[in-house]
Amino acid sequence: MKKILILFAHPTFEKSRANLTLIEHIKDIEGVTFHDLYERYPDFHIDVEREQKLLNQHDVIVWHHPFYWYSCPPLMKQWIDMVLEFNWAYGPEGKALTSKTCINVITTGGSKDLYCSEGTNSFTVNQFLRPFEQTANLCGMDYFPPFAVMGTHTLSDDQLTQHGKEYAKLIDLFQNDLKISAAEGCFFTNTIPQLKQI
Amino acid sequence: MTGSLLFEAIVFLLGAIICVSIAKRLGLSSVIGYLLAGVIIGPYVLGFIGQEGQDIMHFAEYGVVVMLFLIGLEIEPKNFWNMRKTIVGMGGLQVGGTMLLSYILFMLLGFEWKVSLVISMAVALSSTAIALQTIKEKGLMDTTFGNSSFSILLFQDIIVIFMLGAMPLLSSSESVTSVEKHQNLLDGLPMGFQTLAILLSVVIIIVAGKYLIVPMLRKVAKIGVREMLIAAAFLIVFSISFLMEYVGLSPALGAFLGGVVLSNSEFKHELESTLEPFKNLLLGLFFMAVGASINFIVIAKSPLTISGLLVAIILLKALVLFITGRIFKLKLDQKLLLTFSLAQVGEFAFVLLSFAFQLNILAQDQLDMMLVITALTMSISPIISMINERLILPKIGTKESVKRPMDHIAKSQKIILVGFGHFGSTVGRFLRSHGVEATILDQDSNRVDFLRKMGFEVYYGDATRIDLLESAGISEAKILICAIDNPSVTKEVSKLVKEKYPHVELMIRAKNRYEAYDLLNLGIENIYRESLDTSLSLAKDALSKMGFRKYTLNRQVQNFIKYDETSLRRLAKESKRDDNYIFKARKEIEEQEKLLDQDFKRGIVDYDNHWDSEHIRQTLNEIKKE
Repeated sequence: MKKILILFAHPTFEKSRANLTLIEHIKDIEGVTFHDLYERYPDFHIDVEREQKLLNQHDVIVWHHPFYWYSCPPLMKQWIDMVLEFNWAYGPEGKALTSKTCINVITTGGSKDLYCSEGTNSFTVNQFLRPFEQTANLCGMDYFPPFAVMGTHTLSDDQLTQHGKEYAKLIDLFQNDLKISAAEGCFFTNTIPQLKQI
Repeated sequence: MTGSLLFEAIVFLLGAIICVSIAKRLGLSSVIGYLLAGVIIGPYVLGFIGQEGQDIMHFAEYGVVVMLFLIGLEIEPKNFWNMRKTIVGMGGLQVGGTMLLSYILFMLLGFEWKVSLVISMAVALSSTAIALQTIKEKGLMDTTFGNSSFSILLFQDIIVIFMLGAMPLLSSSESVTSVEKHQNLLDGLPMGFQTLAILLSVVIIIVAGKYLIVPMLRKVAKIGVREMLIAAAFLIVFSISFLMEYVGLSPALGAFLGGVVLSNSEFKHELESTLEPFKNLLLGLFFMAVGASINFIVIAKSPLTISGLLVAIILLKALVLFITGRIFKLKLDQKLLLTFSLAQVGEFAFVLLSFAFQLNILAQDQLDMMLVITALTMSISPIISMINERLILPKIGTKESVKRPMDHIAKSQKIILVGFGHFGSTVGRFLRSHGVEATILDQDSNRVDFLRKMGFEVYYGDATRIDLLESAGISEAKILICAIDNPSVTKEVSKLVKEKYPHVELMIRAKNRYEAYDLLNLGIENIYRESLDTSLSLAKDALSKMGFRKYTLNRQVQNFIKYDETSLRRLAKESKRDDNYIFKARKEIEEQEKLLDQDFKRGIVDYDNHWDSEHIRQTLNEIKKE
């Protein structure tokens, strides 16, 4: 069974209805390490050695965060800056992460139709997430399209719970070695066929 | 039943261990335990110890001498000078007032005026041993009450010299000369010379302390043999006592002065830790001897007279002390503490009374009666103090606790905050800003009243009392924060709570590394050193003013803390293994040196490679060259 590392970054997690529901569904699954970055590093002083060890111990790396100004909250970026070191994660000797799996799990306030060339946000979520995609590529990881819960302001509790269940199912799929080919042609991992049945 | 020395030692030690542990378990002062042990092993109950109680008492009085030496060590000369007004003012008032009242009392009872005067002198003096031991045990030395008590006792130590000096003048009997001459060399001299000699010996102590004792201690410390330091410490105390007795001063007073002189030297801590255990045992022995010397036959002969006088003397002393406290504007609770803790007749009375007996001023039955009363007051006063603390103080002015309106019913996550001084109040304010109301325990009555007005739930009293902690709700508490700045009380609270209520998470303020070691070795994890974060944030700002970038400094500070915490935990184990606390002061300096050396070698942690393009450039260049 593959091991999953959820790197979660939310500065006010306790107030986030959507993320509380999502996390609720996955944090206690066996084989999943839920790593709450803002709780562990309130002072932004990331323990690089510890983080790298943690990465070594897992097969699937999940960047789970709200979409703030079309990107992640600053601690997540800090984490990427500090942990993914030259000649460890990338560079001539940097092979630590190769052939691991990587995915962004995001929540956005705006709904899906705002994220397109005609919408107010002009670009798609996938376009905004290009830096993450390329980071994963440079480190030699398989990058899945994002699993996104969008329009959270208007989602009902039931809808959120439904997303939570899908998230849990996704984790289950990852544990059973979901291949990148499964997401071929999908803009969102939400839409891969294996998640449809839920 | 008295036999070999070994047997007596066994009896004394066993009595002490049993009675003191019972007293402590009941939350009583150890003094009561010792006194009780004395009574039980004494001639009238079990009879293990015969009349030699008196001899043992003389020997054990060295406990008082050592105690005053230790107290002197804690008082720097400058502070001592600042206390002069309270010493003379409060002390003078107390001794004068008590002497006057008891003189009148005994005159009214039909005693001869000389007898009345001698008895009133004895009555005026309180017991340094009992009062100070109790005060120190409760960590109250720094309160107004502690200071006042100490000042009064010190004044008594000084005045007793003059009392002993004046005694022969009272004796009209021709037999004075036949009585062995009082063992000092000043008796024959006129008053002026005596004063001069006394001043001279004080000067000798001060000069010797600086130019003789300290250099000697340095030499001894260099030998590195532990017991030599113990020997040196006792040599100092005994020499001073000898000198003082030789010129007719109280050895305790001399020891106190010696201590003050040495309080600025680097050997302060070594001397303290060396003498402390001996002091406690000697004092224990002294208290047991007092207990054993209570003559129950004398009591049985005239129980009414004795108990009447006992009550009268205690009341009279208490009254004078209360008035003294009032004149010096002590708060009511402080006043009551003072009143009850000094309301006994002290160990000097034994000396004064026996001397008066030798001079034929007192008759045998008068001596016996007063000795019994003295021993009884000494035994009763710790009990009265305890009654005062448990029953009277909580009702007067500052109550131990008050009933609160129902708006704070059983919070599921309770926090107890011990100590609301500068440190604790910051903790409490921040908690309160989050709607978390800690239950506060504090020893300062002014503060307690104020906090109650502000709507806090506050308990007044000593946090080492398990019953107080229990009424503050320790059994349902999740966390206990200890924010007091007295290390020994901190340790006691931690130990107590850890033992009795292991589910309560302890978060403890520590003064410094060394206190943190002790706490770590008690198994406490959450230790907050007050000398860590603040110092580093100052150092950080200093470096920033010198041009270092703030964010980098911030990160280096965090690295430093992490490093220091690890080394603290490592060194705590070492300090436990090596229990050689004798050379503590020296070791502390050595350790400081080691830390500085390590810091320098380590430099700043250099692992910010990811933001350092220079590092990447070099690596890539190396690859290109290959």
